[in-house]
Amino acid sequence: MSRTITPPQSEFKDQVGAIALPKSTPLSDFIQETLALTRRLFIQLQRRPSTLAAGIIQPLMWLVLFGALFQNAPQGLFGDSASYGQFLGAGIIVFTAFGGALNAGLPVMFDREFGFLNRLLVAPLASRFSIVMASAIFITTLSLIQTAAIVVMSAFLGSGLPNALGLALVGLIVLMLVLAVTALSLGLAFALPGHIELIAVIFVTNLPLLFASTALVPLSFMPKWLQVVATLNPLSYAIEPIRYVYLHSDWNLGSVVVQAPWGAVTMGTSLLILLGFNVVAFLAIQPLLKRTLA
Amino acid sequence: MAPAVLIEQLQKRYGAIEAVKDVSLQVESGEIFGLLGPNGAGKTTTLRCLCTLTEPDSGRIEVSGVSAIEHPRLARQHLGYVAQEVALDKVLTGRELLELQAALYHLPRQTIKPRIVEILTLLGLDEWADKKSGTYSGGLKKRLDLAAGLLHQPDVLILDEPTVGLDIESRVAVWNFLRELRSQGTTVLITSHYLEEVDALADRVAIIDRGIVIAAGTPSELKDQVGGDRVTLRIREFSPVEEAEQAKVLLEALPLVQEVIINRAQGNSLNLVVAPQSEALITIQNALQQAGLPTFGIAQARPSLDDVYLNATGRTLLDAEIAAAGSRDLKAEKKQNMR
Repeated sequence: MSRTITPPQSEFKDQVGAIALPKSTPLSDFIQETLALTRRLFIQLQRRPSTLAAGIIQPLMWLVLFGALFQNAPQGLFGDSASYGQFLGAGIIVFTAFGGALNAGLPVMFDREFGFLNRLLVAPLASRFSIVMASAIFITTLSLIQTAAIVVMSAFLGSGLPNALGLALVGLIVLMLVLAVTALSLGLAFALPGHIELIAVIFVTNLPLLFASTALVPLSFMPKWLQVVATLNPLSYAIEPIRYVYLHSDWNLGSVVVQAPWGAVTMGTSLLILLGFNVVAFLAIQPLLKRTLA
Repeated sequence: MAPAVLIEQLQKRYGAIEAVKDVSLQVESGEIFGLLGPNGAGKTTTLRCLCTLTEPDSGRIEVSGVSAIEHPRLARQHLGYVAQEVALDKVLTGRELLELQAALYHLPRQTIKPRIVEILTLLGLDEWADKKSGTYSGGLKKRLDLAAGLLHQPDVLILDEPTVGLDIESRVAVWNFLRELRSQGTTVLITSHYLEEVDALADRVAIIDRGIVIAAGTPSELKDQVGGDRVTLRIREFSPVEEAEQAKVLLEALPLVQEVIINRAQGNSLNLVVAPQSEALITIQNALQQAGLPTFGIAQARPSLDDVYLNATGRTLLDAEIAAAGSRDLKAEKKQNMR
């Protein structure tokens, strides 16, 4: 081949030499590869829409069926919520987003197993972080679509709607939770030996974390020990603020959203805890990603 | 000019297994280089190190003069890699896969579409381009995989066992395509455990066994090193031992015959090593005639690469395959190949 080698120092010359073609930069390369990888995930979704359909139908069924379970519970049993259905909405939003994000690692695991990941790893990616990035964009988009479906359905079932700012906060909370859980799931996808193990981890994590949160019942229903567990569960700090904005249009960062065994938790604290959850998740997966994607 | 690929004293172990003990090889620009060896000899590990998928324990690897260990990203730009197992996304169409590939190699946006059309035509995939790759036959999948490896016009195309599992027609098509590539100046490095594949394709060969390069050179150099031509002689379809013994003594006396072995498994036929490219057949037949012995069949052939392998390791490639098949830990290998 007549193409010459491009040692690092000569790249500078190319840039100075202002050639007709726009010179790619590491950032434009990163954006190009991230968009292409994200596009692949959306093409897959478009050609196999059953997962999205199931992902929307399932939470709606939860909402209708589970919501009806406590239809005749005495008024005021579920705090400020008018009905159990209204109480449940926030729990279903968070649980759905959590479940989706937990599965984020599966496609990556299959890519590892089928050797498709090798195709990505032999390519001169600007940064292999684009592989993680593409998954995060994909899962976040899906979760926001699911959330919108649940919000609309809840409104139809008579749970009302938060105001615009409240809806934005719901979106932000879903985003924060999904990013952290997606990070953990992708970390597992690179750490575990195969999809069987990953599915096992998803199984033992999913429902227990739901039950050990305030998604289905308020803290006051639980024995002391479970209250402690539920207030250690990051899901609770996503659920309670969403529940609060559903009931109070006049919320602010100082609003107390839940009474934990160790004191009152405000909206601001909840958001900080979710932010902290993200920091911990991303730090935790660093070594795992480095090992494979360094 | 720097060689297309330079590997020096490569070493890689997985736990207790020394997959690559000492591999050094040099691939010149514009040639087809064959890495030949039985399964489990360390071919794939060598390629994975070269493609920056696996970090070697020690050794030097350069692609067009760029160190694959110090500047892996730069080295990747010069390489096209076609893995042994075709890994396609069956939901994507051929064109979509190539579009993804183009973005991963950062081809300038305006050149992507025409380049994809070009490579699809080159590999005869035009009419399949917009069908999902899940519907492709084995040969089509391999062609798409080749297209993906070539899309960014790499200096060096690396193919791991490119024709395993292909039917004969597809195999010949791949061979012809690789020859065509070479004529256009692309360097091609293939691994294979098919002797005839390497013999037919490669300008130069390295034979690798148990993680060590045991011979390297052009196929004819290697065969010449082994020495004389091979002659297979059958006196009758099934010759009695005595007659074979008699012929053996008779033929050993001929100056151009170097060695005679009686092959009892093949009806006491005689395997001879004779002076290379000699007129052995006529001489032998005349000698037999004078002794009153008939000739049922006689054939002279240059030594094959299998003879080279046999000479270096004391076993045939087939025997090595069988031995390796029994001792391989496929699960562990799969794990090594997963990242």
